[in-house]
Amino acid sequence: MSAETAPILACRGLRRDFRGFAAVEDFDLAVREGSIHALIGPNGAGKTTVFNLLTRFLPVSAGRILLRGEDITALPAERVVRRGLVRSFQISAVFAHLSALDNVRVALLARTGLVWQFWRARSTLDAFTDEAHHHLASVGLADLAHTPAVALPYGRKRALELATTLARDPAVLLLDEPTQGMGIEDVARITELIRIAARGRTVLMVEHNLKVVATLADTITVLARGRRLAEGSYAAVSQDPLVREAYLGHGGDAHA
Amino acid sequence: MSAARAPGLLGSPALLSWIGVLALGVLLPFLVYPVLAMEMLCFALFASAFNLLLGYGGLLSFGHAAFFGIGAYVCGHAAKVWQLDPLLALACGTAAGVMLGVAFGAVAIRRQGIYFAMVTLALAQIVYFVLLQAPFTGGEDGLQGIPRGALLGVLDLQSESVLLGQRAAWGLYGLVLAVTVSGHFLIARVLASPTGLALRSVQEHEPRARSLGLPASGLKFGMLVLSAGLAALAGALKALVLGLAALTDATWQMSGEVVLMTLIGGVGTLAGPAVGAGLLRYLHHTLAGLGSWVTVVLGGIFVFCVLVFRRGMIGEWLAWWQRSRAAVGSSGR
Repeated sequence: MSAETAPILACRGLRRDFRGFAAVEDFDLAVREGSIHALIGPNGAGKTTVFNLLTRFLPVSAGRILLRGEDITALPAERVVRRGLVRSFQISAVFAHLSALDNVRVALLARTGLVWQFWRARSTLDAFTDEAHHHLASVGLADLAHTPAVALPYGRKRALELATTLARDPAVLLLDEPTQGMGIEDVARITELIRIAARGRTVLMVEHNLKVVATLADTITVLARGRRLAEGSYAAVSQDPLVREAYLGHGGDAHA
Repeated sequence: MSAARAPGLLGSPALLSWIGVLALGVLLPFLVYPVLAMEMLCFALFASAFNLLLGYGGLLSFGHAAFFGIGAYVCGHAAKVWQLDPLLALACGTAAGVMLGVAFGAVAIRRQGIYFAMVTLALAQIVYFVLLQAPFTGGEDGLQGIPRGALLGVLDLQSESVLLGQRAAWGLYGLVLAVTVSGHFLIARVLASPTGLALRSVQEHEPRARSLGLPASGLKFGMLVLSAGLAALAGALKALVLGLAALTDATWQMSGEVVLMTLIGGVGTLAGPAVGAGLLRYLHHTLAGLGSWVTVVLGGIFVFCVLVFRRGMIGEWLAWWQRSRAAVGSSGR
């Protein structure tokens, strides 16, 4: 399944130590452009650590991270975003006391040099209003634009977070457990939203819900104890005896 | 009051608030002793500058007296020794505060919560000892006999005149009021700008703001420098008003007092810190006869405020006003 074209996002020999304990060790990953790539594994396998390393929220102990072939291992998080790599968070991360509209507008603002123009009036932000409404509508939040994010129900907060992330127009979208803590209805809605968001983009997602993974992912990487255990399509990975033993064996709900 | 426009100082439409502020500023010297009125205005600016960092940047500085103090000393030195124009002296004090803010920021801006407070406290103590020991600061006595001078060489800030039965240095009062209101206007303007929205998002959820590409540390650094500059301007103004740059201006007790002013008035509100500052200075003055018991009385007031008005006086008032407006809005349908 190794692609002929160079991967859009890759890491080689990635390692991260926490007080002598290697949370991630000798980890290689290659994400094909335009694909939906899922990162799965048992609790504590190091999935979120990999995310934090790739998005530069954590310094790496060893290894290299490449975005479109360029080394981004030493860049600060804010600079990685400008190169098109944008993440979401495990716990719904919204700006609680800003309206849904302002949550999206601040993401649009972040793309411009206006951030530093402290002498400008609030009406400068009106330039972003139409585009922000468009992003809100695309996740079904058109009627809730003026509601403070803190007042939205949980599933809607995740939808708002997705709209905010998409407003940054990322080339590579990193989603950290997008359906965590959701009811069945919300899971179906978010799955559909991700499928739409993935058009013309590359998605790398950490996800616990194997049904979501089976539905969405083109490629799956299985992580266990900080190392790569297997990689391939859902059908291939779910048949892998190593994976069954390490992960699906006690998962119970896996229809392998 | 019916139109739901952008909230101003107290929640009401912005222009009306500013007219109210100016009216209050003009009335103040007829209500209290004019020099006290000017001192209240200086501390209002100091507290509002501090609140810019705590209320909108989420950073608790426990060293803001260093900015206030350095502003007072540098302005005093510029006016007394260099004999500069009062406006230039104020500018020197502010510039010193800005530079000190840059230095503090370089060391402290990546620290969070209590660590930020401790680092700023430590740095402020260094500034305090410099002001105590340096040869041109007058040691324990502070810098005394700072001349008020003449504004642009024309308007004498020293001479007093009688206006509507009140005797005061009205030229100086006009300058203090103009600078204080302008400072507050600048703060309000910055908070309402794109930068202000970006700063709020950093305060709400810093990792998320960074993940969207907002320069979180840079924004906080910018706010620290602005806050330091305005605090120094307030200190410089006070030095001109009282003709004195006192060592107490730079003590850690002063850093504590500005926290108190802000919390009593309402952290994260535009008007709260100014109101809290005015009230505390007024109490200091009127209770001066009690001697060291002032601290006890003020402590009691602080405990009372924290227990009863958790959001501060203006914060509670704003919350009440929003609740009642929401109630009117829903019953009107």
